[in-house]
Amino acid sequence: MIAAQELIQYTLFQQVAYIAGAAMFVLSLKWMSGPKTARRGLWVGIAGMVLAVAGTLLDNRIVDFEWILLAFGIGTLIGIPMGQWMKMTAMPQRTALSHAFGALAAGLVGTAKFYYFLEPKLHEGDVSVNKFTMFAIGLEVLLGFLTFTGSMMAFGKLAEVLPQRPITYKGQNFVNLGVLAVAVVIVVMLIIDPVANKELFVPLIVLSLIFGIMLIIPIGGADMPTVISLLNSYAGLSGAAMGFVLQNQMLIVAGSLDGASGLFLSIIMCRAMNRSFTNVLFGGFGQIVAKKGDDEEEKIHRTSNPEEAAMMMDAAQSVIIVPGYGMAVAQAQHKVADLATALTKKGINVKFAIHPVAGRMPGHMNVLLAEANVPYDQLSEMEEVNPEFEECDVAIVIGANDVTNPAAKTDESSPIYGMPVLDVEKAKQVYVIKRSMNPGFAGIDNPLYYLENTAMLFGDAKEVAGELVTEFAKLGSMHS
Amino acid sequence: MSRTLIAAAQELANPEGGATIDIYTGLFIFVMAAFAGMEVIRRVPQLLHTPLMSLTNALSGIALVGSIVITGADYGRFYTTLGALAITASMINVVGGFWITDRMLKMFKPREKTVPAGDAK
Repeated sequence: MIAAQELIQYTLFQQVAYIAGAAMFVLSLKWMSGPKTARRGLWVGIAGMVLAVAGTLLDNRIVDFEWILLAFGIGTLIGIPMGQWMKMTAMPQRTALSHAFGALAAGLVGTAKFYYFLEPKLHEGDVSVNKFTMFAIGLEVLLGFLTFTGSMMAFGKLAEVLPQRPITYKGQNFVNLGVLAVAVVIVVMLIIDPVANKELFVPLIVLSLIFGIMLIIPIGGADMPTVISLLNSYAGLSGAAMGFVLQNQMLIVAGSLDGASGLFLSIIMCRAMNRSFTNVLFGGFGQIVAKKGDDEEEKIHRTSNPEEAAMMMDAAQSVIIVPGYGMAVAQAQHKVADLATALTKKGINVKFAIHPVAGRMPGHMNVLLAEANVPYDQLSEMEEVNPEFEECDVAIVIGANDVTNPAAKTDESSPIYGMPVLDVEKAKQVYVIKRSMNPGFAGIDNPLYYLENTAMLFGDAKEVAGELVTEFAKLGSMHS
Repeated sequence: MSRTLIAAAQELANPEGGATIDIYTGLFIFVMAAFAGMEVIRRVPQLLHTPLMSLTNALSGIALVGSIVITGADYGRFYTTLGALAITASMINVVGGFWITDRMLKMFKPREKTVPAGDAK
């Protein structure tokens, strides 16, 4: 093969549009550093996008706009409902779905480019694909299609179309890595000689699609925050690879930013669970069922009622609410927000303690509570709020389990040992709103529930929170 | 100055005179953008991690730029179809992503000083 690179020429307007667009994208992310500037960030991102697309539409290679405009229209028609009517509780699955779309686009463009390079009549004869471009195409297609099916699987699990439980079998990692290895070998063969090995391109697509599915099969719901972030990163990288294939700086920058963002969030999520990437992807978490109980003495928990809890809160000076995925499942965020409002009105200091992996995606709890009109200065991160539990009179845990488990700090045999957790047990009184004593998703028992200063409020999170509001209001009217 | 402007205008009129990038420039851009991205994103608080993800999702819809040329150039039915599908997928991300990010960001409000916010439902 001739190692000449296809010469893509951009007009000056395109160049300027891409450079300005890329700068706007960076600025857009920079302004996401605080809620006050975030919307400005959004608008500058939109401006960058419009500019880059406008620049592209002026590309001299385009001869026919019909299909472009049609696809614009269809995409917009599907995009608007996905922006406007998607419930905030559905954010994790929506995000997974959009990773899938982004990755699919990259995979399709990579496929088109591969066949394009094989047809000399499309690009003036002698120009052919060089090794680096072929490497970029291979990476783009592999990452694009595996992220596509992987994200669709994650979507299925989050939307509860598929079972959320991790599905594992013997030799799973071996099979998964085997599939990946074959795909990588194909990429290498395509780099060596794309023309002779062109029949292998379709198998590459198929293997990538299969690998994406197999990668997510063993992953459980509790690991979704990390997995979503990783898929975000892969989608970004496939976009950057597309940038290399098309020699487009704007795509490289955007893909790189997206990849960096996803990678950064995955690192935070992994740290918040004290686990490594390999452990998340190949560990089959949730399968580690703590084998305890038989030889231990019967542990006793205390059951309380909303009336008592309301009285305790009435007498409190500070209350910390600890939300978890259970709050999202029960759609309890509005009732919980009502409770916080009532407490605040009474002059009680209310804070929400939010663990980085609470929920099913990064920042999940914050969005739900913001939707329920909780002011963002009441939403505290773990490091910030942990020292405050000691001074706190009442802590209320709503649908959170592992992130409050003190065994992570003390019990070396615990599967979550070493994971940073919220110091809920230090509060003077702890109430745990929970459906039953069943251990949480990961099947790990929580010693918090058996402490002397802990009382259980059994029931649906939304109903219990509602009863707390009612009981608390009754107390208020008694005082006056 | 005016000479530059004229040259610029000529360049606009004559697309053949544009620039291209090589592998090394591309890698350079990639690495620099990744570092800039990391620095910028590190400063995004946990509070905004969900909107951050939906925003980067929308921005990754810039794949449009790649799909548009493939769709519009006269390569053939096969390429037009793949390109149009890619445009559709990217456009969903762009429109839906920006839209929902805006919806989310509108919800983040600071504490009001004059309290009674009413019993929001």
